[in-house]
Amino acid sequence: MGTAYNGKIARINLTTGEIKVEALDLEMAKKFIGGRGLGTKMLYDEGCATVDPLSPENKLIYLTGPMTGTLAPSAGRYMVVTKSPLTGMIASSNSGGVWGVRLKHAGWDGLIVEGKSEKLCRINIEDDKIELLPAEEFAGMQSEALDDKLKELYPKCSVLNIGPAGEHQSLLAAIMNDKDRAAGRSGVGAVMGSKNLKAITVTASSNTCQVTDLAALKASSMDCRKLLKENSVTGEGLAAFGTAVLVNIINSTGSLPTKNWQESYFDKADDISGETMKDTCLVRNSACYGCPIACGRVVDIDGKVVGGPEYEPLWAYGANCGLNDLKAINTANMLCNEYGLDAISTPCTIASAMELYQRGYITEEECAGVPLTWGSSEAIMEWTKRMGEGELPLAKLMADGSYRLCEHYGHPEYSMSVKKQEMPAYDARGIQGIGITYATSNRGGCHVRGYLISPEILGLPEQLDRTTTEGKAKWAMIFQDLTAVIDSMGMCLFSSFALGAPEYAALLNAATGTTYTPEQLLEVGERIYNIERLFNKAAGMKPEDDRLPKRLLEEPIQNDLSKDMVSQLPVTLPQYYEARGWVDAFPTQATLERLGLAE
Amino acid sequence: MLEVRLFATLREGREKVYFLEAEKYKVPADILDELKIPHEEVAITLINGRHSKLDTSLKDGDLVAIFPPVGGG
Repeated sequence: MGTAYNGKIARINLTTGEIKVEALDLEMAKKFIGGRGLGTKMLYDEGCATVDPLSPENKLIYLTGPMTGTLAPSAGRYMVVTKSPLTGMIASSNSGGVWGVRLKHAGWDGLIVEGKSEKLCRINIEDDKIELLPAEEFAGMQSEALDDKLKELYPKCSVLNIGPAGEHQSLLAAIMNDKDRAAGRSGVGAVMGSKNLKAITVTASSNTCQVTDLAALKASSMDCRKLLKENSVTGEGLAAFGTAVLVNIINSTGSLPTKNWQESYFDKADDISGETMKDTCLVRNSACYGCPIACGRVVDIDGKVVGGPEYEPLWAYGANCGLNDLKAINTANMLCNEYGLDAISTPCTIASAMELYQRGYITEEECAGVPLTWGSSEAIMEWTKRMGEGELPLAKLMADGSYRLCEHYGHPEYSMSVKKQEMPAYDARGIQGIGITYATSNRGGCHVRGYLISPEILGLPEQLDRTTTEGKAKWAMIFQDLTAVIDSMGMCLFSSFALGAPEYAALLNAATGTTYTPEQLLEVGERIYNIERLFNKAAGMKPEDDRLPKRLLEEPIQNDLSKDMVSQLPVTLPQYYEARGWVDAFPTQATLERLGLAE
Repeated sequence: MLEVRLFATLREGREKVYFLEAEKYKVPADILDELKIPHEEVAITLINGRHSKLDTSLKDGDLVAIFPPVGGG
């Protein structure tokens, strides 16, 4: 009986040049699904929790999920799993576009890349053929230009690569694919750079995907497409305005972090909103493989048509840097894509540098002609470029993220990060539940590891009071576990605005032959969350790493919309640990045994 | 005076901001009727930043923000 897994992984050793084909452990796949979950289990078993993230001993796992490239909707994603050089903990960064689908259709579930090439190299995959090739001629090339260049060699390929930021091992370096899609977070691009691996091209001449029960998958996919179409968020809202529509909503709750979280309301937010983007520079929306939502933005910058910013960079370059110049933000976002930088952490680091400059810790002289002034269009564009190049001393420091930057100046408290990764665009003082997920996210500051904005702000699946803590710990856990499932299946998290555990279970069961109930599927998600935590424990994580920056606990919001609010994490964190069956941030033996993780 | 802000598709054919006499509008539903916004097109209503219902009482000086169904991440 077939399943949606190809059953095949390639292990590519860049030190020796050896390429081995290995069978996918299907029993393990059943327990951890694929993508984020299975990748973490594999990385843990490979012994990577204790290695130096930028050493040849670290491994890069590129893994699809069982749904990737099938006829299920919004199922075009792959996951990069490695030990993060930014956080020193687990990294699982996922991306859409088509690259993951090509890898799956070429006959592979994933790749394990290990060792280090002596010189810059690249991997080319054409169906079951994999070759390791020199890439010195592409040294220093920007991501989008290299994509074009490699397509000249392999016209039907999809390209994954790193830009200059990955090559100089910036801890904010992303892995880019299909030009403007990014596995953006946790410095996965630096790991690729540390291995001297510049690009992976994949060409699939056919589609090898099989599924266990095609008729059932067709039926459940059709049900899901109908739900996605009928849902006003996934059916209309995201296509019309993209994620950028959140700028005005979050600002209207007085929870839009402004000037490196010194304020939480931006009076010029409308200038950088999805509404203004639609009225001024939006060319069209775009979609990843097989996605009916089509939330992507394509914008025009003085005649150049490029991928546009999501809500996160709009906020991070905009309100968080005190700037309302949409054209400059579009340009800075494009520079992130070209240099291969995380478009969340990069602008957040610029915002922290602006606060250091405001307070006199960064000097005029260090700014080398471009002062880090709040609201400066020139500053966000030029400093992004400088971070991408990594040559100027201050830019090199900034390219390793806000924590290391602020620590260098003796003030780590100005780094708005968790586990050294920058937090996203929702103030956890005004929105209580999201702070639990920031603090306990296994990959550090992140909004897509339990998106409680959905119930706390958007009223989906029901409206919670953003200002209270009651019940939020349990909500956080359920959202984290369901997200782990979706990320492991190879589907897009945005599908969950319309779909729930019953729909995901139906899709997965039809594709792989499992018989999960929705409850059992959530338990798989819980297992995945716990294996990540075990990885972090082995990597040296301490209980005090589950924290929020002091500012969120001690400096109340001043604006009238969320006046006097601080995060109540000291109240909710113990509730969360109890719900999880954890003590002092780690699972108890009983929890591990219940989840089948006891060793 | 009430300050009413409209967002996303609700702006189509309307202004972004209205200033309305407080005494004429007791609840947000009255504002929707005045601006000819079908109630089913509204997903989120904030009064001074707090989630409210269409029948929540309004008072002079309130800031009312009205959104259609939207999402993101």
